[in-house]
Amino acid sequence: MTPLLQAAGVSKFYGQRIGCADVSFDLWPGEVMGIVGESGSGKSTLLNCLAGHQSPDAGAVRFDTRDRGLIDTVTMSEPERRMLSRTDWAFVHQHARDGLRMTVSAGGNVGERLMGVGARHYGDIRARAIDWLDRVEIAADRIDDRPSAFSGGMQQRLQIARNLVTGPRLILMDEPTGGLDVSVQARLLDLMRGLVREMDLSAIIVTHDLAVVRLLADRLMVMKDGHVVETGLTDQVLDDPQHAYTQLLVASVLQV
Amino acid sequence: MTDYNFAYLDEQTKRMIRRAILKGIAVPGYQVPFASREMPMPYGWGTGGVQVSASVLTADDTFKVIDQGADDTTNAVSIRRFFQRTADVAVTEATEDATVIQTRHRIPETPLTEDQILVYQVPIPEPLRFLEPSEIETRKMHSLEEYGLMHVKLYEDISRHGAIATSYAYPVRVEDRYVMDPSPIPKFDNPKLESPAIQLFGAGREQRIYALPPYTKVVSLDFDDYPFEASKADAACGLCGAVDSYLDELIVDDEGSRMFLCSDTDYCAKRRALGHVGVEAAE
Repeated sequence: MTPLLQAAGVSKFYGQRIGCADVSFDLWPGEVMGIVGESGSGKSTLLNCLAGHQSPDAGAVRFDTRDRGLIDTVTMSEPERRMLSRTDWAFVHQHARDGLRMTVSAGGNVGERLMGVGARHYGDIRARAIDWLDRVEIAADRIDDRPSAFSGGMQQRLQIARNLVTGPRLILMDEPTGGLDVSVQARLLDLMRGLVREMDLSAIIVTHDLAVVRLLADRLMVMKDGHVVETGLTDQVLDDPQHAYTQLLVASVLQV
Repeated sequence: MTDYNFAYLDEQTKRMIRRAILKGIAVPGYQVPFASREMPMPYGWGTGGVQVSASVLTADDTFKVIDQGADDTTNAVSIRRFFQRTADVAVTEATEDATVIQTRHRIPETPLTEDQILVYQVPIPEPLRFLEPSEIETRKMHSLEEYGLMHVKLYEDISRHGAIATSYAYPVRVEDRYVMDPSPIPKFDNPKLESPAIQLFGAGREQRIYALPPYTKVVSLDFDDYPFEASKADAACGLCGAVDSYLDELIVDDEGSRMFLCSDTDYCAKRRALGHVGVEAAE
């Protein structure tokens, strides 16, 4: 079996500062991996390198493309990379505003990726948009409303629908529950867990919220100062942390 | 007027603009940046079109200017007189007699020929501008042929109005490659973009020139289930009775009575000279 995504020695520097250094892992089909760490630990830099938003200074990010097998996305041509990011990849931003077009209706937001890969039948596009709004629990009669009229939780769910409409195989999420209150967080997590299982998605979730990874992730990677300090199965890492920083992280969670 | 160089611009500037025009013709629909000059008129009054006209005019040319179809509006009259004075070219109002036609927002009703050049004044050359504000990003989208966003605009039109409500500056795809803004011509004129004449587009403020060589394939964007439709007012011209020309609506009294008349004044006058009479003209 080939991994869906393979990071090999990914490093990114901002001048003298380390963004992330020498990160390697394999992500297997259907697997959900969490990346945790405090802010400034390089987890967002790593995610952006994986998604092609930033180009790493060293290392390779190989993706198992449908037609050519494992290909390094860092050195592939830009049209090819952008095509991948419209079809096989999904990226959920922390702030829905970064991932949505706020001046375009919900239906247009969901339909954009379809039109981007050549859909030219209005009725079909709209039917699929309605189907996806339904799957992320947004009422079909909100299809012509702009996202600016939506609540934070709805915007985040709309962003997920917009990303998943082309049936991607890999979804990258940057703090997807950040800034949402706990009950909305719970529903969003529930939704994402369902979608990941149903669509057999592989996912990488960057977060500082250990409860989120406990719920969603099969495997966990802990980052500190740009380096990976610990990896393992989620429950194993959280229940029996080995590295001093992981121990601190787990011990720091507020008990209600 | 001998104080100015022929057609106002100096020869170096005209060479620079001609190079941009040639590049534009070589790559139909591609926006070529050029060093737009200050012209003795404000931006938005056709500075791009005037610079293109100045670069293609020769002493033997016959020049015609139309503004929204009319030869007798302020903009058309002043630009026509400008080139009369600075280039001493012959001018005409008859479409078929002109060799260079500068236009704002219309394509003449009379079919153009291979011997003619149509110069458009363009306010905003970038069709993606209102969807994507970043010029860096729109250029990348053009180079990578990422035009899905253009259809998002049309989708929004249908979802809000039940039909594609964009009625002017209707986006087109040129030779299956570049998406192009045809300048704010009514979409009624879009089918006429496939023409035997050379069509040059000049945007002075935005510093862009683009072009359509003769017989270039130009397709208006649409959806399979909402096809493009070249629409016009469903009426006949009140003066000449034409039903096939693009019409302006005119309010004629304080009661709100209205009439329709051809926007192309030359076309309308010719038809009247041939004896065609519309309803209002007959009264």
